[in-house]
Amino acid sequence: MKPRWILLLAAAAPLMAAPPVVVRNANVLTVTKGRFVGSILIRDGKIAEAGEKIRTPEGAQVIDASGQYVMPGIIDNHSHIAAESTNEGSVSVSSMVDIRDVLNPEDIAIYRALAGGVTTILTTHGSANAIGGVCSALKMRWGKDAAGLMVDGSAPVLKMALGENPKRRGGATQFGGNITPRYPATRMGVEDVIREAFTEAQAYRQTRRDYEAKLKRGEKAAAPRRDIRLDPLVEVLEGRCLVHVHAYRADETLMMLRLAQEFGFRVHALIHVLEGYKVAKEIAAHNAGATTFSDWWAYKMEAADAIPYNAALMHRKGVLVALNSDSPELMRHLNQEAAKAIKYGGVTEDEALAMITINPARQIGLDQRVGSIEPGKDADLVIYDKHPLSNYAKVQKVLIEGEVYFDRDRDVSQREERESRRKALVEKAKEQQKKAGPPGTRRPS
Amino acid sequence: MRRTVLLLCVAAYGLAAAPAAVFAIRDARIVRVSGPALERGTVLIRDGLIEQVGPNVAIPPDAWVIEGKGLTVYPGLIDALSTLGIAEAATAAAGARTSRTAAQPAQPTPSPTPPTPASAPARGPEDRPSNTSWVRAADLVSPGDRRVETARSAGITTAMTFPQRGIFAGQGAVINLAGEKGGQMVVSAPAGLYLSVSSAGFTSFPGSLFGVMAYIRQIFLDADHYKLAKEAYAARPVGARRPAYDRALEGVLEAPRLLLPATRAVEVDRMVKFAAELKRPAVLYGVHEGYRATEILKKAGMPVLVSLKWPERSREADPEEVDALRMLEMRERAPSTPAALAKAGVPFAFYTDGTTSGRDLPRAVRRALEAGLSQADAVRAFTLSAAEIYGVADRLGSLEAGKIANLVVTSGELFQEKTQVKHIFVDGMKFEPAPEPAEEVSR
Repeated sequence: MKPRWILLLAAAAPLMAAPPVVVRNANVLTVTKGRFVGSILIRDGKIAEAGEKIRTPEGAQVIDASGQYVMPGIIDNHSHIAAESTNEGSVSVSSMVDIRDVLNPEDIAIYRALAGGVTTILTTHGSANAIGGVCSALKMRWGKDAAGLMVDGSAPVLKMALGENPKRRGGATQFGGNITPRYPATRMGVEDVIREAFTEAQAYRQTRRDYEAKLKRGEKAAAPRRDIRLDPLVEVLEGRCLVHVHAYRADETLMMLRLAQEFGFRVHALIHVLEGYKVAKEIAAHNAGATTFSDWWAYKMEAADAIPYNAALMHRKGVLVALNSDSPELMRHLNQEAAKAIKYGGVTEDEALAMITINPARQIGLDQRVGSIEPGKDADLVIYDKHPLSNYAKVQKVLIEGEVYFDRDRDVSQREERESRRKALVEKAKEQQKKAGPPGTRRPS
Repeated sequence: MRRTVLLLCVAAYGLAAAPAAVFAIRDARIVRVSGPALERGTVLIRDGLIEQVGPNVAIPPDAWVIEGKGLTVYPGLIDALSTLGIAEAATAAAGARTSRTAAQPAQPTPSPTPPTPASAPARGPEDRPSNTSWVRAADLVSPGDRRVETARSAGITTAMTFPQRGIFAGQGAVINLAGEKGGQMVVSAPAGLYLSVSSAGFTSFPGSLFGVMAYIRQIFLDADHYKLAKEAYAARPVGARRPAYDRALEGVLEAPRLLLPATRAVEVDRMVKFAAELKRPAVLYGVHEGYRATEILKKAGMPVLVSLKWPERSREADPEEVDALRMLEMRERAPSTPAALAKAGVPFAFYTDGTTSGRDLPRAVRRALEAGLSQADAVRAFTLSAAEIYGVADRLGSLEAGKIANLVVTSGELFQEKTQVKHIFVDGMKFEPAPEPAEEVSR
């Protein structure tokens, strides 16, 4: 009898662990389905219902959001936080590196992102080389381990880069001689490197296919060497890995789109693309997304021809536009970045909010799960005290899959205790050093 | 002049290492580690091995008798990860000691020694950068390393010693800290392959932590592929193209286990998964935040080597600088790692990480004792557990008949402040501890 009871309890445990959650009486900004005053019912981490009249089930955890604003969790699809590496800059094709190997779930930037309403990010390889590495979508589940940040079933993303960064050729005259001379040194060279890498990947794929065909026919064959640098490129060719390309100038943006067409893959997002407004029609025709800044530019030559109307103009021409941070500071107020698209270019509120929610979700292939408040989607929600497009709005609570990961009241109330704990530890460490005496005995050598 | 020095040295060696082959330590307290301690008993040593241990051992007439009254006999301590005996590492260690105090402990596991940049920059895994996996500690050790005597004087009789330069640094060896020639020191080899995650920045591949991880992954894939190719060729060499000999992969294939760096809990989690992916037995080293990672380690059944160089704020650090709470907590709680591991049942051993002096070593262990580690668990970690992790517990790590006669005889409980090391036996040879150098007044 006893074992059966235990089994029953074990089966019930996950249900008991997560009672339904109701966010009540809020101004709900769904992004895709308009706006209403009402409630959101969350079951098992998913949005079960959203509407003006929702019955609160018994035993539900109620979050009263009267007078407050709820929107889908912000998605920043170009960030470098939560990882302990950014660039494998020693080579021009470093697709063997994978950000999932070096996740740091204890990066404080994760918590700060939450405090800014961000629930999902794409943490990416840097732009030091033409073909960077494999990147991954993460949810900001602060307090969980590396695996706990990952989004089940999300597709990997390959990062590529064009322009000034990958063409830094190194050598004695550049960067204090800290970069080894490296091909390419021109924008043409960048194109060549990418073309060569994908050509190599095609040959590699053929070798593998021939080998598998031989095995199928029952012939004996020696397995070809597996090359983890080419594996992600094959996945790109087969559409199993998404592609994000760092690009600034209009000319090289077009080059990249043509190159992708040549190899039969799609560019899911052009990153930065500050001159995107010049080639918006072509970007839209390729069905490429653009993830850009609102008004951050002029930090280098290729970022000189930027205008604040870029996001709105590209959007008007049918480009799927997102706004990203590329910075652990900017990512804490992406809601304000979205507001700038209204000021410069006059997009609607929903269109502006889409640029930091559903649009970036589409660019990382997660729009079925996140990016808007709709039944069936993950309950990733941000509660603001004021309209999120206001400069005065402060994040009150952040939920990921129904679980509260950030609570402003809790944060404020814990500050004093944390500070006194810190001070006590500093004092204790000082005592310890005093007790240990002078630094370790050293023998003259 | 030189001759006089040489003569003096020979004389000193003669005094320190008594050549007699049979010793009996009688009426001593005997901590066998493999079984309960004997309050009064005798250890009989003959020809480098322990002949008998027990309360009633007949002392043969040819034995040199040591009165053990008031003394305690332990198995010799084992430094579970070191460069002891590798003389060229001694100079590197001396350099690293000063520079490392200034290093930021928050960085991903620092490598003890940075890799020497190759003359030509590496362009990928195919160039086998920072890979000297074929280098064997057993071929490098010599008794000439001056650190050997310091360590031995602190009661360390055995060291798992590894080449530690580069990512695939080389094959370790289990060595005894005595002998006239390097070959006599080696107990067992290879003991494992030492890996670090040091990287070269933008100057050469791999230039980042994920570059290093990718590189290691590719090398193991290549090693498996190489093995298949070699086997196929060996089976049918005639009429087949031979696979090129690759020393970097030979070393990888030869290694019975991998030593992977993991200091913080995040790194423990990362490396436990990585080891599972590489499908090789692995041991983690560092593990200062192990107190937070016992669950992961227990689940993985992975043994760890805990560094006794406890993290502390650099003494040259800017006094105005504010340390993160997490860093402060790690410094405070790192010494509680051994107790937490013992409680969780995770096998662990200690390595001195350079804290080998007779003063520093017991002090470092006492921090772990103060944080809850039992005396018995501390002794076990330093002896039998280390031997078990490296698969040499049949010869080392406890006081049992038939084992190698590595012993340390003390005036009281090991690691306690007032306790002195009286005699050390390595391979049945008797040594007295060298006098501790006077504490250096800050210059």
